[in-house]
Amino acid sequence: MANHAAVIGVGQVKYQTQRDDVSIAGLVREAAQNALDDAQLEWSDIDAVVIGKAPDMFEGHMMPELYLADALCATNKPILRVHTAGSVGGSTAIVAASHVQSGVFERVLTVAYEKQSESNAMWALSSKQPFATHLNAGAGGFFAPLIREYIQRSNAPAEVGMQVAVKDRLHALRNPLAHLHMPDIDLATVEASPMLWEPLRFLESCPSSDGACAMIIGSERAAAASPKKPAWIRGTAMRSEPTNFAGREQVNPQAGIDCAKDVYRQAGIQNPRKDLDTAEIYVPFSWYEPMWLENLGFCDIGEGWKLTLEGATSLPEGGDIPWNCSGGVLSTNPIGASGMIRFAEAAQQVRGLAGDYQVEGTQLALGHAYGGGAQFFSMWVVGAEKQ
Amino acid sequence: MSSNPNESAGPVTMMQAPLYLQYRFTAGTSSLSFLHAIKRGRLIGRRCPGCESVYIPCRGSCARCGVATCDNIELTDEGVIDKFTVVHIPIPNNPIKPPFVVAHIRLNGADNAFHHLIGEVDNDKVKLGMKVKAVWRPESEWDYGLDNIRYFKPLGGEHD
Ligand SMILES: [Zn+2]
Repeated sequence: MANHAAVIGVGQVKYQTQRDDVSIAGLVREAAQNALDDAQLEWSDIDAVVIGKAPDMFEGHMMPELYLADALCATNKPILRVHTAGSVGGSTAIVAASHVQSGVFERVLTVAYEKQSESNAMWALSSKQPFATHLNAGAGGFFAPLIREYIQRSNAPAEVGMQVAVKDRLHALRNPLAHLHMPDIDLATVEASPMLWEPLRFLESCPSSDGACAMIIGSERAAAASPKKPAWIRGTAMRSEPTNFAGREQVNPQAGIDCAKDVYRQAGIQNPRKDLDTAEIYVPFSWYEPMWLENLGFCDIGEGWKLTLEGATSLPEGGDIPWNCSGGVLSTNPIGASGMIRFAEAAQQVRGLAGDYQVEGTQLALGHAYGGGAQFFSMWVVGAEKQ
Repeated sequence: MSSNPNESAGPVTMMQAPLYLQYRFTAGTSSLSFLHAIKRGRLIGRRCPGCESVYIPCRGSCARCGVATCDNIELTDEGVIDKFTVVHIPIPNNPIKPPFVVAHIRLNGADNAFHHLIGEVDNDKVKLGMKVKAVWRPESEWDYGLDNIRYFKPLGGEHD
């Protein structure tokens, strides 16, 4: 039986296109310092550091954890780097949680980052593979065909994607740290934005951001000593599947279904739409909201887009399951950190610290991340109560 | 921000430092049979002894069953469009001019799909399930790779 663990500090930075005032080391240091301040702890209180980022190819730094150890005061402490493609921010938090749940560590610092202004993700994701056709179409070129198949299967109307794009940007207006603040966003603006990968328009895709997110995860004893309300980790799960095998269901991946079932079982969730108060879900392209609503069991297959159209996932519309109240990946995307931001924002909701985008009275929240060819999943459920 | 000292617009805060990597790639026995075949304009897939699925390009193992694939299977250059998108985004140094169709092609007799281009049809006429056939480069240009196929085109009658 694992020990209890809780998020006792959260630190983020102002996300933006380019942070040319800090190096990568400065960026992770800033997020980590903010998390320590939130927890009212000192660097010497930290027993271990778990750091995550997306592929090394993005910024071209091999083994960045070694060079970042100094900035994170990891001298004479264990430091471990995690990588699971786009889901890495989530899996990094889960590895940090395991450090505490094992009973070996009291307080663990976990941090994830990306400095997209110093990287070339489009190139890194489109590099020529031996013997394959070099199509150079980026991440959207991979996901758009799956989205088109979802639309064909579910008969969803074209405006669903645009509605998600508007909804998450309206949420972002409530979050001072969000990268995109677009006060005039509406369906017409999204529709008028350039088509990138049919059916995805420019404003239905995530931005490129610089940023880092950090959390302090503590034991039951550390949480008891913590000045602010902890977010108790009620379940964690990861699943993966290969990118390419015969008969693979790519639109509604089995690994996502299994991962959700596992984390719900741990947290005692029978009906996610009813039992969860809010969720921070990895939606880098607008249509992934209805697709993940179905994959995560919030509704039946083919029904996800109806929840979106009804406003069920919208905070200002008073939806019963507001998704991505912070603005989500569509408003802020430092790739390696994006998963950890989901996990951290879920924690802030149960701590009651989500400011203008707080879902009142949140008891249970889901944090979710996915990566690769929709093949790596990491999820956690955090609660206001220990159990 | 500028990397050009002649602009003297302010301090240099960023510089480009390109890396060039060259790999020596060991294909393995399964991929080798595919590569030797496509060099001669033929398409070889490989069958999984567990689920009977045929993979092309060949894979040494079936990711579904976790076992080594065994028999080589010769396939034709005809198949169907399993999934697709129309790419409009301009990407620097991309020799393919947008808009272009990227499709998942499932060859007849194969159980997986690979990414390729679609040609000789208006982008808005491309449909899921459309039957397509490979258009090959001239034999003199054939090398070890799927680039020997220039693109796939609709089989007659499908595109009007
Ligand atoms: Zn098999």
